[in-house]
Amino acid sequence: MSATALATPPPPAGAPLTKKILTADHPTWCPGCGDFAVLHAFYRVLEKLQYPHEKIVTFAGIGCSSRFPYFVNTHGGHYIHGRALPFAAGISLGGDDLHVFVFGGDGDGFSIGGNHLVHTARKNVRLTYVIMDNSVYGLTKKQTSPTSPIGFKTKTDPTGAIDQPINPMRTLLNTGATFVARSHATQVNHMIEMILRAAKHDGFSVVEILSECVEFYEGAFDSSIPRKGGTWTLVDEKKNDGTPEDAARHDTSDEVAAFKLAQQAWPGAFGVFFENKARKTKNALEAELVVAAKAKTKNASDLALLQATLARMR
Amino acid sequence: MVSPNSPETPGGAASPAGPARSIQDVVIRLAGNSQDGIQSIGGFLARLAGRSDQDIMTYMTIPSTISGGPSIFQVRMGTGDILSAGDRADMLVAFYQHSYDAHISSLRPGGVLVYDSDHVKPAEGDNRFTHVPIPITTGTVEAVGGTSKDKGKNIFVLGLIARIFDLDVAKLAALIKERFGGKDESIVRNSMLAFDAGYAWPQNNLRDLFFRFEAVDRIAGSTGRPQVTMDGNQALAYGLIAAGVRHGAGYPITPWSSIMETLRAEFPKYGGLFVQCEDEIAAVSTALGFSYTGQLAVTGSAGPGLSLKMEALGWATMSEMPLLVINVQRGGPSTGMPTNVEQSDLMQAIYGSHGDTPRVVLAPKNVEDCFYIAFEAARIAREYSTPVLILTDMALASRIEAFDEPDLPTLMVDPKPDRSERGADFKPYPLDKITRHAPPGAKIATGKYPTVTGLEHDEMGHPTGSPKLHTQMTAKRREKIKALAASLPAPELAGDSAGEVLLVTWGSTWGPGREALNRIKSAGVTAAHLHLRHIHPLPNGLENIFTLFHRIVVIEINDEGLYGFGQLAMMLRARYANPAIVSVTKTDGLTFKVSEIVTGVDKHIVSATLKASLGAASHSALAKL
Repeated sequence: MSATALATPPPPAGAPLTKKILTADHPTWCPGCGDFAVLHAFYRVLEKLQYPHEKIVTFAGIGCSSRFPYFVNTHGGHYIHGRALPFAAGISLGGDDLHVFVFGGDGDGFSIGGNHLVHTARKNVRLTYVIMDNSVYGLTKKQTSPTSPIGFKTKTDPTGAIDQPINPMRTLLNTGATFVARSHATQVNHMIEMILRAAKHDGFSVVEILSECVEFYEGAFDSSIPRKGGTWTLVDEKKNDGTPEDAARHDTSDEVAAFKLAQQAWPGAFGVFFENKARKTKNALEAELVVAAKAKTKNASDLALLQATLARMR
Repeated sequence: MVSPNSPETPGGAASPAGPARSIQDVVIRLAGNSQDGIQSIGGFLARLAGRSDQDIMTYMTIPSTISGGPSIFQVRMGTGDILSAGDRADMLVAFYQHSYDAHISSLRPGGVLVYDSDHVKPAEGDNRFTHVPIPITTGTVEAVGGTSKDKGKNIFVLGLIARIFDLDVAKLAALIKERFGGKDESIVRNSMLAFDAGYAWPQNNLRDLFFRFEAVDRIAGSTGRPQVTMDGNQALAYGLIAAGVRHGAGYPITPWSSIMETLRAEFPKYGGLFVQCEDEIAAVSTALGFSYTGQLAVTGSAGPGLSLKMEALGWATMSEMPLLVINVQRGGPSTGMPTNVEQSDLMQAIYGSHGDTPRVVLAPKNVEDCFYIAFEAARIAREYSTPVLILTDMALASRIEAFDEPDLPTLMVDPKPDRSERGADFKPYPLDKITRHAPPGAKIATGKYPTVTGLEHDEMGHPTGSPKLHTQMTAKRREKIKALAASLPAPELAGDSAGEVLLVTWGSTWGPGREALNRIKSAGVTAAHLHLRHIHPLPNGLENIFTLFHRIVVIEINDEGLYGFGQLAMMLRARYANPAIVSVTKTDGLTFKVSEIVTGVDKHIVSATLKASLGAASHSALAKL
C-alpha cells in the first residue's frame, strides 16, 4: 500500500468488507489445525483495513497453509512450491495500488523458497508475507522441515532429526526485511495486531506465526501456550514515555536488539522484533527511475521515443 | 558468386592495372585480438550498408568472445540478398602471426591475404593466395603519432577496405564522427588520420586490387523507409517495446543478457520496469506476476535457464497465464559452448515440462524477423492467454544486419491493462471459451473473486479432483492451441512446386537453407525450400506439401540423436508418419555453410531408393557443387 493510502483508508465502494463477504471455499485443513485461527485473524485484519475489495490480492505457494487463497474471497492465486514471493513481487511492482498478501509455511519459506525470501526482502518489495510455521511437512504427511527441532522423529528421520534447524527470526532479520514480527496461532488478537501492523508497513513485512499441526506434530508449541503449562512472553516495546523503565524496553528500530531477541532460548518472545521505516521500497525506487527517465525524454510519447531510438540506428 | 580474384588467377600473379572490377559480393575475415576493435570495423561496414544506396548488406559471426584473446570477425558484403555468412573467405586480414596460422585455412585458393607485415611472416613459397603485405601497425603509428601507440589499427584497415572496395568515404567519415563524436575531440581526429592513411596507402602496394559492387535497383517491394542496423537481440528488445511489452524479469546468462540489459534501460522510459532477479525461477515467476496484473510480461534465458523455468511454465499452461519466454540458444547441454550456436533446445521448448503442456513455440529467421516475431508472440500470448516461447540463437543474437525501418506508427501496440468490471457471467476458466483473466484491480460484479491456480480446477478456479473436469480442462487447453494452428498462415515456400527435394529449415538456418536451394536448383535438381516460423503448433496442411516431394530434408544445428534424426525432423516424422522425412544435422557450434547443406542433401538423394527414377544426371550435377 502507498503511504497516502495509509493515512486515509479509502471509503468502501459498497457494503463494508466483512468476514461473510470475504469467506470463500471451506478450508481443507484438519480439525484443530492452527491455520484456521490465522485465517480468522486475516478476515478481521481485512475488516479493519477496508481496502477496496478488488485491490486485495491473496497469494500462496504450496503446502497446507498455502491453500489459504481458496478460502479468502479476493483476487488471488495458488502458485508453485516456494516461488510465491517472486510472483507476488511481480504483482506488487506491476500494480502499485494493490494490497498484496502472501501466505505460506516453513517449507515454502525457509527451504525451497529460502533464496526468494532473502531477495524479496532485501529489495523491500511492498507486500506482507505471513509464514505459518508448524515445524513439519504436513501436506506430504510428516517429513522433516527446516524448522523441525533436533530429535523430532519423522518419516525421513525415523530416529529423530539430526540437522540443525533454522532459527526463523534470526533468518528473517538477516534477510534485511524492513518489518519482522512473531506471533502464535493460539493468540488471535495478537495475530490481528501483528498482521495489521505488517500490512500498514510501507515495505516488505513478514510475520512468523507458530501454527500447530495437530495431525503430525501435536504439542509442538505447548511451551508457549499458558493453558498447556507454557509461557507467553510479549516483546516489551519502547513507549517513548520518558519513564526510567522505558530505557530497558525493546527499540524496534534497533537491529542488534532484534537479533538478541531472536537468540533467546525457546520459546522466546512474541511481537514486533524489527521495523525500518526509513528504507525506500523497490516500488518507490522503480517509480523514481520512471520519473527520471520521463524527465530526460521530456515525456515523449512511446512512438516518438522508439522512432528516435531507431533513427539513431540508421 | 563472382569473387575478387577468380580461382584461375592464383599465386599472387599481379593483375594488369585497370579499372575496378565489378563484383556481387565478398567475404572478408578479420583476424586479430579482441582488443584491436576489429568488431567495430564490422559495425561501421554494417551501418554503411544500412545507409547505402547500393543496398550493400553484411553478415557477421563472432566465433570467439574471450576477452583479450584471439578474435575474428567475418563480414560478407554485397548487392542484393546476402543469406549466409559465406563458406570461405575471399580476403583474410591477419593482424598477428597466430591470426595467420589459425585462419589461413579459411581463405579460399586464389583469395587475397592482407597481413600486417610488422607481425606476420607468411609461409614461404605458398602461392595459393595473393599476398599483400602492409605494415598496418607502423602505418597507423606514423599516421596518428603521439601517445596513441597502435590504437586505430582497425580504422586504418577500414580505410584500406574502403579503398579496395570503393566504399562511400563521406558516409563512413560521418559514421566515424557519430561514433566517436561524444568523446574527446582528439579521438575523432586520430580516427580520421588512421582512416585516411589506410585509404591513401600507395596503390602499387595494393597490387591493383580494386573492386566495385554491382549497382542494383532497390529490391522490388522495398518500403522506401531508411534502413536500420542492429543485432538480433536488439531487434527482439525493440520489437517487444513496439508490441506493447513494458514489464519483464530475468537473470544474466550468455547470450540472453544483452536483451535484459536493453530492456532494463529502456522500459522505464516507457513507464515500465524490468527486474533483475535472484535466479531463473524467480525471473519467470516475477514475469508471471506482472502478466497476472494484466500486463503481458517477458522473461528469457539460454538453454540451462529455460530448464530451470520449466516448473513455472507448467503452471503458466495450467493457469492459462500469458507470458513471453525468449530462449537465445547456445551449444549444450549444461554450460556446453556458451558462445556458439546450436538449435538443440527445440524439444525442451516444446515438451520440456511436466504433464500435458501444449505450448506455442516460434523462431525468427533473421535479425529483421527478431523484431517482428516479438509482435507475433505477443499477439498469440494475449489472444490465446498462453505462454509463448521464442527460440532465437547465438548467431542471430550477435550478428548485425541492416533492414528497412519498421513502420512504427501503424505497428505500435498500446499496452494498457483491462481493469474494467467483469460482468455476472465472468468465469476465469470457461469450458466453452478461451480464458480471459480478470486482473487484480478489476471488480467482479458477482462479488466472487477468481483464483488463478496450478491445481486442476473447475470453471470458477476452484480445485477439483473430478476425472471428468480434468479431461475437459486438458481438452480446453489443447483445443485453444489447435485453434491457433488452424489460424496460422501458410509457411514460406520457395522454389519448385513439386520435385525431388524439399529443404525444411527453422530459425537462423533459413538463410543458408535458401542459398542452398539456389545452388541445388542451379544444378538442375527440382527443389523447394520450406521455412517454419511457427514450430509449435505447426501450421495445418504441411502433409499436402510433403507429398509433392521425394525427399524432405530437414536441416538443423543439433544432433541426429539415438534414432538418426534431428529434433524438428523427429517431430515431423512423428506428426506426419512420412518416411521421406530425413535429417541433415551438425554439432560443431557454427552456422551452416551452404556447401554442408548441399553435401548433406546430396547424400540423401544418392542413398534414396528412388535414385534410379530421379535420373543420374541430377545427382552428378549436385555432387559437383
